[in-house]
Amino acid sequence: MKTVYFDNNATTQVAEEVLEEIMPFFCELYGNPSSMHTFGGQIGQKIRHARQQTASLLGCDSSEILFTSGGTESDNAAIIGTMAALPNRRKIITTRVEHPAVLTVCREMANRGYTVVELGVDKSGRLDMAELETQLDDNTALVTIMYANNETGNLFPVENIARLVSSKGIIFHTDAVQAVGKIPLDLSNSAIDLLSISGHKLHAPKGVGVLYVKKGTRLAPFMLGGHQEAGRRAGTENVPGIIGLGKACELAAKNMGEENDRVRKLRDKLENALLKNCLGARLNGDRDNRLPNTTNISFECIEGESILLMLDKFGICASSGSACTSGSLEPSHVLRAMGIPFTAAHGSIRFSLSRYNTEQEVDLTIEKMPGIVKRLRELSPFVDK
Amino acid sequence: MWEYTDKVKEHFFNPQNVGEITDPDGIGEVGSLACGDALKLTFKLGKDGRIADVKFKTFGCASAIASSSALTEIIKGMTLEQAAKVTNKDIADFLGGLPEQKMHCSVMGREALEAAIENYRGGDKKKRELEGTVVCTCFGVTEKEIERVIQDNCLTTVEQVTNYCKAGGGCGGCKGNIEKIIQRIQGSKAKMAATAAKQPPKLTNIQKIQLIQQIINEQIRPALRADGGDIELIDVEGNKVKVALRGMCAKCNVAEFTMKDVVEARLKEFVSKDIYVEEHKE
Repeated sequence: MKTVYFDNNATTQVAEEVLEEIMPFFCELYGNPSSMHTFGGQIGQKIRHARQQTASLLGCDSSEILFTSGGTESDNAAIIGTMAALPNRRKIITTRVEHPAVLTVCREMANRGYTVVELGVDKSGRLDMAELETQLDDNTALVTIMYANNETGNLFPVENIARLVSSKGIIFHTDAVQAVGKIPLDLSNSAIDLLSISGHKLHAPKGVGVLYVKKGTRLAPFMLGGHQEAGRRAGTENVPGIIGLGKACELAAKNMGEENDRVRKLRDKLENALLKNCLGARLNGDRDNRLPNTTNISFECIEGESILLMLDKFGICASSGSACTSGSLEPSHVLRAMGIPFTAAHGSIRFSLSRYNTEQEVDLTIEKMPGIVKRLRELSPFVDK
Repeated sequence: MWEYTDKVKEHFFNPQNVGEITDPDGIGEVGSLACGDALKLTFKLGKDGRIADVKFKTFGCASAIASSSALTEIIKGMTLEQAAKVTNKDIADFLGGLPEQKMHCSVMGREALEAAIENYRGGDKKKRELEGTVVCTCFGVTEKEIERVIQDNCLTTVEQVTNYCKAGGGCGGCKGNIEKIIQRIQGSKAKMAATAAKQPPKLTNIQKIQLIQQIINEQIRPALRADGGDIELIDVEGNKVKVALRGMCAKCNVAEFTMKDVVEARLKEFVSKDIYVEEHKE
């Protein structure tokens, strides 16, 4: 059975071109870029190239790119590093729909005595900008708000937020893990101070990420040790990962426009068909402002894990915001923050596409889903005959 | 990804006895949409007093559906006396085991069966009513139910109790109470949580303040957060602890209750009996 992979917000396939680029760095070019000999030293040049490739995708200077172990480390480093660098300010503003890599860190900061404000969202998942503005005060060190939501694909007006926040002299961080590679970003004229990227969400390998640090931004180092990354992130570089991420950024920059149009069309076809053909289906999120690859649909009165297992039988991979799949007993914090009723939250399914998906895969899912929903509804005590 | 046995998958993909008996002798309904799983069980007795037909409808994950299907297979042909003795463990064993975090699905099966038998015996009560004190308000789990899963399954930790009946899986504010129930039932077998030192040693002032902060962070704040509130430690003078309530708690008209019954009770329990709490007014 062929795998139909619609879970690209969880992770993506490494691009063939990326793999090819990485391969020599395991058994041939395995030197340490910090070494004094040519064998190791030549790796430094390769890393510089990867840094340049990454910077071009973002429209920033390569000195502003800090390689990390992934999105989670970038988020941790941004939040903890900013608060450590600004000891006189004790307040962080974030949202209730952030990824756990931000939300858990902020809540830990609250436990350490910082004031943390979590902004709510409306039923489409949108922020209230006026509420944000009233929260910005002299005590606020950092505002951290995600670029695109991993569950719904919702886009926040991050550039506007960044301008507002920085006009008050406050640092602005955004977790852009889901946005980079999917939509165009240009940091050359941006007020964003810190931005997190994860390699494996854009067809690079797992275990590599980036923290963009705008020139002049004060940040205490998160990882201490050697002098790597100009003393801002210690530890021997993940050379294959960095090379792969550089290549993935180059591919994204080259292909984004064309591919996103195609992916968006596939997503729309899938979404429209499921909303039309499945009983009790409703869309979660902000239809007009979201990633081109993501759709989050709730199927009322049935449960997400059951849907996923039935899809799995056909080789179709998706994910769910239901309690049973999260390992906790409560459904997705994002859907709860949006006030999605429990009838729908437990039955939410996210399909997230990539450039490797085909129309046949979409058609297969459109064919199978209505039957799965019908079957589970027959089992459900909440569906009236 | 959950590691389900083949038997679980078999009963999930091909559940037995799905549906609803139109004129049943007993109906049992447990769970709710909010909780993420629910089960409606109906049965009909034969002339010999045995369960002649039984059907279920379940909203829930694969293991909830499989547990329901297994339950119907187990009890078909049993007398009500026999059926009343079926435990959640019987259901899990029938399926070749369930992942630990999914054990509550088997408990839901047993509860629905109990409710249906009770409905048959007691007449017209359809919905099972909560008996006794509610310990976990997030999932509506009573002391009686917690005691039952502890006894049936020899549970010794709060985490296990959460896996078996969901209690403590929401805001986490009732974990201390669950711990107490476990200790009452299991006595010395219960593993003590690191923070729940029953006999606190003599503390220096610094240690005491740190412990107060820790208890607020770990035990009190999560409970208040669940209702949109928050708490801040302002000062400690001897045994007087000054705190300020924030967010929803600050405007709450039962704030006084929160202070005494939640904040003070917890600090008395885990720090010192002599502690008393005052609200800091700004």
